[in-house]
Amino acid sequence: MTELKPDIEKRSEFDIEINGTVGKPFVDNPKMSSRNCDVFYGDKQAIFDVNLDIANNEIIAMIGPSGCGKSTYLRVLNRMNDTIPICKVTGEHTLDGEDIYGKKQDPVLLRARVGMVFQKPNPFPKSIYDNVAYGARLHGLASNRSELDDVVESSLIKAGLFKEVKDDLNKPGTGLSGGQQQRLCIARAIAVDPEVILMDEPTSALDPIATALIEELMDELKENYTIAIVTHSMQQAARVSQRTAYFHLGKLVEVNETDKVFTNPEHQLTENYITGRFG
Amino acid sequence: MSVQTILITLFALLIFSFFIGRKRSIAVSTPVGKTGGRRNLHSRPHYYGYMVAIWAGIPALLILALWTSFNSSIISSLTVSGLSDSLQSQSKDAIGLMMNEVKNLAESGNIAAESDPVLRNAASHYQRLQGISTLAKTVIVLVVSLLGMLIGWRLISPKMRARNKVETVVRWAMILCSSIAILATVGIVFSVLFESVHFFKAVPPSDFLFGTTWSPQTALREDQVGSSGSFGAIPLFVGTLLISAIALIIAVPLGLMSAIYLSEYAGKRFRSVAKPVLEILAGIPTVVYGFFAALTVAPFIRHWGEAIGLSVASESALAAGLVMGIMIIPFVSSLSDDVLSAVPQSMRDASYGMGATKSETIRQVIIPAALPGIVGGVLLAASRAIGETMIVVMAAGLSAKLTINPLEAVTTVTVQIVTILTGDQEFDSPKTLAAFALALGLFVITLLLNYVALHIIRKYREQYE
Repeated sequence: MTELKPDIEKRSEFDIEINGTVGKPFVDNPKMSSRNCDVFYGDKQAIFDVNLDIANNEIIAMIGPSGCGKSTYLRVLNRMNDTIPICKVTGEHTLDGEDIYGKKQDPVLLRARVGMVFQKPNPFPKSIYDNVAYGARLHGLASNRSELDDVVESSLIKAGLFKEVKDDLNKPGTGLSGGQQQRLCIARAIAVDPEVILMDEPTSALDPIATALIEELMDELKENYTIAIVTHSMQQAARVSQRTAYFHLGKLVEVNETDKVFTNPEHQLTENYITGRFG
Repeated sequence: MSVQTILITLFALLIFSFFIGRKRSIAVSTPVGKTGGRRNLHSRPHYYGYMVAIWAGIPALLILALWTSFNSSIISSLTVSGLSDSLQSQSKDAIGLMMNEVKNLAESGNIAAESDPVLRNAASHYQRLQGISTLAKTVIVLVVSLLGMLIGWRLISPKMRARNKVETVVRWAMILCSSIAILATVGIVFSVLFESVHFFKAVPPSDFLFGTTWSPQTALREDQVGSSGSFGAIPLFVGTLLISAIALIIAVPLGLMSAIYLSEYAGKRFRSVAKPVLEILAGIPTVVYGFFAALTVAPFIRHWGEAIGLSVASESALAAGLVMGIMIIPFVSSLSDDVLSAVPQSMRDASYGMGATKSETIRQVIIPAALPGIVGGVLLAASRAIGETMIVVMAAGLSAKLTINPLEAVTTVTVQIVTILTGDQEFDSPKTLAAFALALGLFVITLLLNYVALHIIRKYREQYE
């Protein structure tokens, strides 16, 4: 019987101390940056003192075991946590040097500049056209129908979906396959012409082929946008990102070039995680 | 034994059979290890218990029910056949009258006090038959129950599929319950339909459907003057629609707005208080709304109308409609609140994530997604408004005037049904039968409304899935 017991003594990741972030969390001339970021849900602290810069036109991957705070941190960057009443965010957060939690900042305008793609494809129960046109209409990005048509078409082209749906623009977006729906959500986010796109596990509900399509798409999008992606797949992080941040129990443990994180991690916890010792 | 005593005894027998059934199933199974587990028993032991109880209960209850329902007619006819031929050759009504006397005498327990020997004999005959019947009923029901218990008990073996049998019985019981509800509805519809046919024999349907005068007073005597009776239902239906429309104009915006506030803006604590309070509105008896409308709202409207130089009747469609609108707010608000809250968080996130404000999200994402449910709530409120009686009786008056001016007194279909059928009435005059025709009209309107609602919901469902 004894050999069946989980060997708690070997699960040493709880004993390893995290003293600040190792690696290179800071870059010159960052697109977005956070200093001393703490996040609380009621009395419970979800994120502890995260300091991180996101560079222009890079893809930064955020990895870590479930509940480590990586999604929560992502939602700090476009103030989506504002929609949760008990959530409190502290620290200094900037976009192009502007304080995004400042009194003058309107979260609505911020979210137009920092778009988001969610874990589960969540197209609106509207037509494909209306889904993509939604944000453009909200922000008055097109003054007439033909301009709006152009915005919809170019967004769908950028999201690699146009060929598949060009004859079905009036069909409901919810009728597409899971992978198509997620690309529709990306097209919808692009249509607002954001500067940063936050992706919260965008392929976790998709099959490998749809995932591959979206990863290719991200590579193209990086020419024009800055992307932060949260992922549970270490292969995905290794394939798409230039830098990787490893979160653990609400703390940012290590930030380094992706190659370095996956070949020669600096921190013991990162090594344990990427070698599959836990997670 | 009386029926109650038999039922109590039967119930005790059922409990007893459940326990012996369960015990026997455990006895016939093979024990496993020391833990008391059982192998090779098809169902869990309590299913065997239920099965024995079903065997003991259902046949006995059926016999009891049949016996009780036919008991009195059989005994009566036996008593009648015991009478002399001359008495039997009387008319049916006379025999019925006499039987009533006989029954009363038998139940009074004081037969000897009766002076008429024929009645005395019949009553004691009746009493004797009744005694035999009760004894036979008790014995037969209990014996059948015990026999059933024995059969059920004997049937128990490890391979017996007791669970499947019990589940079959439960399924039939559920089918029975649902068919009772359906049959009741069908029965009501048919009774209304048949009486309406009687009405339409007296009054041509075209007069009823397209006539514009409603005055249901018919002549009681041939030579009576002035009460010819005219049954044009248009004023009533127009009145109903007018008041319902006023009520909906009040209830839909108020209800929808409060639903949006409750589901999207209000805090959890406020919502947990405000929602039940709002729902209390639906629980206030309509008669209370009625005198509120008649004593407070109607004079207020009259006063206010006269102040700006309008002539307002002291009973007005507006007063009834306003109060009815308040009454049906919870139908709109509560249902809409539920469907608005049911719109998934991912939809809101998607909208906020693109920089939509709260109001843009509500208008362009949440309400469209919740529309089928909102339409359902509004139509429920509309059906309620159309069928409402009490408020209208008290606040809108009885005059069947064909008008769409909300400041005048109007009457509605339901109010006319009430006035026609209250008091002593003979049930073969067109005046009373008109109530059924009106009821049929209301029924058809509500049915159409439901059909339209289903159609709208289905249309949007197709678009939104």
